[in-house]
Amino acid sequence: MPYVPHSPEEIREMLDVIGVDSVEDLFAEIPTELRPKSFALPKGKSEMAVLQQLEEMAAKNTTDLTSFLGAGFYDHFIPTAVDALSSRSEFYTAYTPYQPESSQGTLQAIFEYQTAMARLMGMDYANASVYDGGSALYEATLMAVRKTRRKKIIVSEALNPIYRVMLDSYTTNLNLELITVPHNHGRTNVKSITAAVDKDTAAVIVQNPNFFGSVNDFTEMFEKVHEHKALAIMSTYPVMQSVLKTPGQMGADIAIGDGQSIGQPLSFGGPYLGIMTCTKALVRQMPGRIAGRTEDEDGKTGYVLTIQAREQHIRRQKATSNICSNQALCALRTLIHLCLLGEEGLRRTATLSVERAHYAAERLTAIDGVEMFTKGPFGNEFAVSLPVNAFEVIDKLTERGIIPGFPVGRYYEGFENVLLVACTEKTTEEQIGIFAEILRGTI
Amino acid sequence: MIPQELLYAKSHEWLKVDGENGIIGITHFAQEQLGDLTFVELPQEGDTFAAGDEFGSIESVKAASEMYAPVDCEVVAVNEALEDAPEKVNEDPYGDGWLMKIKITGPTDGLLDAAAYEKVTEEDAH
Repeated sequence: MPYVPHSPEEIREMLDVIGVDSVEDLFAEIPTELRPKSFALPKGKSEMAVLQQLEEMAAKNTTDLTSFLGAGFYDHFIPTAVDALSSRSEFYTAYTPYQPESSQGTLQAIFEYQTAMARLMGMDYANASVYDGGSALYEATLMAVRKTRRKKIIVSEALNPIYRVMLDSYTTNLNLELITVPHNHGRTNVKSITAAVDKDTAAVIVQNPNFFGSVNDFTEMFEKVHEHKALAIMSTYPVMQSVLKTPGQMGADIAIGDGQSIGQPLSFGGPYLGIMTCTKALVRQMPGRIAGRTEDEDGKTGYVLTIQAREQHIRRQKATSNICSNQALCALRTLIHLCLLGEEGLRRTATLSVERAHYAAERLTAIDGVEMFTKGPFGNEFAVSLPVNAFEVIDKLTERGIIPGFPVGRYYEGFENVLLVACTEKTTEEQIGIFAEILRGTI
Repeated sequence: MIPQELLYAKSHEWLKVDGENGIIGITHFAQEQLGDLTFVELPQEGDTFAAGDEFGSIESVKAASEMYAPVDCEVVAVNEALEDAPEKVNEDPYGDGWLMKIKITGPTDGLLDAAAYEKVTEEDAH
């Protein structure tokens, strides 16, 4: 159907039905100071003038800092081919692939992305992605609530606090009982979480590596969770899954993560990519799209959206989620990135990142008064206690060209001296050395 | 293909009454209309329904349909074998393809006998 604007007669007719005199009256509820006319915007400028102004504003950003900032989002190298391939017009402008006859390439890419994610997590199925790790976690929680018909959710405090805030706000009106189990000096409190599980528990939610970088094996805990017929949800950092025991190997029912670290640049907070994977028993509860591979009547391979009887476009009232879009382009970038690296390359990325972080931990804790806060094994991220306020250290070092990390005190009261430090394969030993020396001179 | 001893709902569920207890399934006609089944979603033990309430859904390669309780009831057991083998409903809708066992908690007056249901299927088929 062509786009046809309303004629004056049609507008009159609609206003008469509603019972108002004019379009202006229709908006009478909105105070005049909130109307665009009151904004007193300056007159239009030429393209050149606008560009100049924007460039001046952009130049105020400092872009040559050395960053040790992680806390869920990591600065990994992205091969140039990821940009080149993902910007091909077939992918860049593709219509949501409801019609397999016109979307085979997109559907195949989604199918392969799902396969890669399921393998990475050691799980049976993945969906075609959701907005970001936080919304994936929320959807996973609702899957558990639907499956178990229970309301109690036990959340580790060592789960990314940004996700915990999202979970809180998304579930505000769902009458769920969220119980947060405090962390134990940066460690996931396995004992307390296990003790909190009972017959009313829908799920436990933990993270590996957790927010403080600490690495766990939750296998035994998940067994206990299953004894109560509750589900185990695990939030992950996908790059690290190439070198850690996977959620599937630990017995998780649902594993989620943010795909930012594989193929998406850090770009002022997005776009991100929500990875969702689950066991076969839960696939019917998984929201969003799932692409499947099949054969046509001539035996040729074809790709289709499958298990979608509850998708928004078929039986809307039965939809498992009201989040109606996935992140197909970001998912494609993650797939291309993974294909370019291969299993070995991803493992090398993870290993290098871990090695650099361990070197950084060694250098930083050699400074008087700096101690490891993260106890036990850690991956590419760890927390240190400083003898001074971490916020102040961050301010001082940023002025010297180094973002030393994330201030744990921003989300955890009483831990204002704790700094969360992350490394990737991009972090050099030289950068770590400079960071350590400047820090030594600062505190 | 319409067993005489069962009661039927217009929405193509059958009910076998055995005193206070009953068994519910969908009819041969319904499974034939749906085609090859891919999934059966069933309620949980202990769930209660009023006659006409939706108690689950059934998906085939052609369509997804809701299923409705033919009578007020409480679920005593569900056919868990259908989770892995929904095709049992196609193969044996009045036998191995049963859906759930119930305790009947309301009247069965509104249901059809085999002859009346046959008329419904004739009308639906045309």
